Amino acid sequence: MDLNLAGIRLDVTEDGYLSDLSQWNKEIAIELAKKEGIELTDKHWEVIDYIQEKYKNDEALSIRGIKKSGVINIKEFYDLFPGGPLKISTLIAGIPKPKSCI
Amino acid sequence: MKDLLILGAGTAGTMMANHLISKLPKNEWQISIVDQYKTHYYQPGFLFLPFDTYTEDQVKKEGKKFIPKGVKYIQKKINKILAEDNKVELEDETLNYDILIIATGSKIAPDETEGLLGPLWKKDIFDFYTFEGALALRNKLREWEGGKLVIHLTEMPIKCPVAPLEFAFLADSYFRKKGMRDKVEITYVTPLSGAFTKPTSTKTLNYLLEDKEIKIETDFAIMQVNNDTKEIIDYAEKAIPFDLLVTVPTNMGDEVIERSGLGDDLNFVPTQKHTLQSKEHDNIFVIGDATDLPASKAGSVAHFQGETLTDNIVLYTKGNKLKEEFDGHANCFIETGNNKALLIDFNYDQEPVHGTFPFAKIGPLKLLKESIFNHWGKLAFRWIYWNMLLKGIAIPFISRNMSYKGKLIDVKNEK
Repeated sequence: MDLNLAGIRLDVTEDGYLSDLSQWNKEIAIELAKKEGIELTDKHWEVIDYIQEKYKNDEALSIRGIKKSGVINIKEFYDLFPGGPLKISTLIAGIPKPKSCI
Repeated sequence: MKDLLILGAGTAGTMMANHLISKLPKNEWQISIVDQYKTHYYQPGFLFLPFDTYTEDQVKKEGKKFIPKGVKYIQKKINKILAEDNKVELEDETLNYDILIIATGSKIAPDETEGLLGPLWKKDIFDFYTFEGALALRNKLREWEGGKLVIHLTEMPIKCPVAPLEFAFLADSYFRKKGMRDKVEITYVTPLSGAFTKPTSTKTLNYLLEDKEIKIETDFAIMQVNNDTKEIIDYAEKAIPFDLLVTVPTNMGDEVIERSGLGDDLNFVPTQKHTLQSKEHDNIFVIGDATDLPASKAGSVAHFQGETLTDNIVLYTKGNKLKEEFDGHANCFIETGNNKALLIDFNYDQEPVHGTFPFAKIGPLKLLKESIFNHWGKLAFRWIYWNMLLKGIAIPFISRNMSYKGKLIDVKNEK
């Protein structure tokens, strides 16, 4: 599927996640966040950096990981990305949401 | 003589002993395998124990039977791996190795969740990832009169990621057969965004939840179990009440990995995803549930890894370059209840899709589609496990790398 955002045509999955992290940039993140009703602050950017780094190293993302990240505590994580913080933060960071095998 | 040491005589370790005994010259290599436990469990059978489909005897055998002649079987506790010195410290002796294979698996860690091991543990709260847990749950289900059944998984990664969902489907069938389905409310609780998280599976399989009247709660990251109010509570302070909680606690690698300083924060060992060599030490290899790989923790994965790892160990002993071969291949039957099952075949890059297996257009097994034949396949698999898989005998027509033939590849994975 295609999505036009910040003047760029993006390749996205059916549930709206970027298919290719190399298409991601900060303007796109801001637009994706807007669609979720979130205005990105410095703290959001820190979290985005952290989860992108985890993804690039093939490390699993979990609430436990967030707890031990030193970047943010779980309550703040929920406050920054209300609803489903892992699901929403990964969407904005341009990486796949945590998945199972089916 | 050089020493090749395998830690853990579970599915992966036992298979490696059987593979390597015929591949490494006996006058050059002594193979030893260490495991403190005497019993080898057929872990996929734990799913069927609670519903009285399998008996205790069908899921356990003496481990010794599966260790080939010529391999030294050491039944002792492992204290520590001293990777810098190429030694492993056991309870009362220290072994040297030239090559180490870590196959220490993963297990549940219920103490990671506050309140899980409270007064209701094994009374109204059960796991089915241990033999004892599955058996205790069977006894509970035999006499349970109904109420709110909550099936819950704590966090990923877990061994056999579809098992909790299969449990929900089988529970539906079980209570229908007992004529008490109207007395049981089944809720499936997951930290993920849905029971199914991949596009093709979501589209084709969501009907299962509706048909079976299974309620779903998503994005639930558990914070604690309240034993007084009988609720599980998440970080967003959402509370889900239960009468009977069947949970898959956090899964972690063995404590020996932590004691040895070789793991990540879940005690899984950082591993090269295509060669199965440890990221830290050239002469250490890792297989099965013990790795940190983004593949499923499942017996079929260990089986496919075993074939690649055997070749790589032989290459390593000759000083040759390792094969970058393992592709994350998994092949799993998924019970859907009413004597039906699905079959899925996937790897690191490709999500489960439709098609036939193992032969293009012929099958006889159908991928991602419920059938009675697939259910027979799952039941037959117990025989294959004990008689072929553990002994390292190749399963005909099923290759270590995923085949794209006969599959309807419509959606590419994100990565």
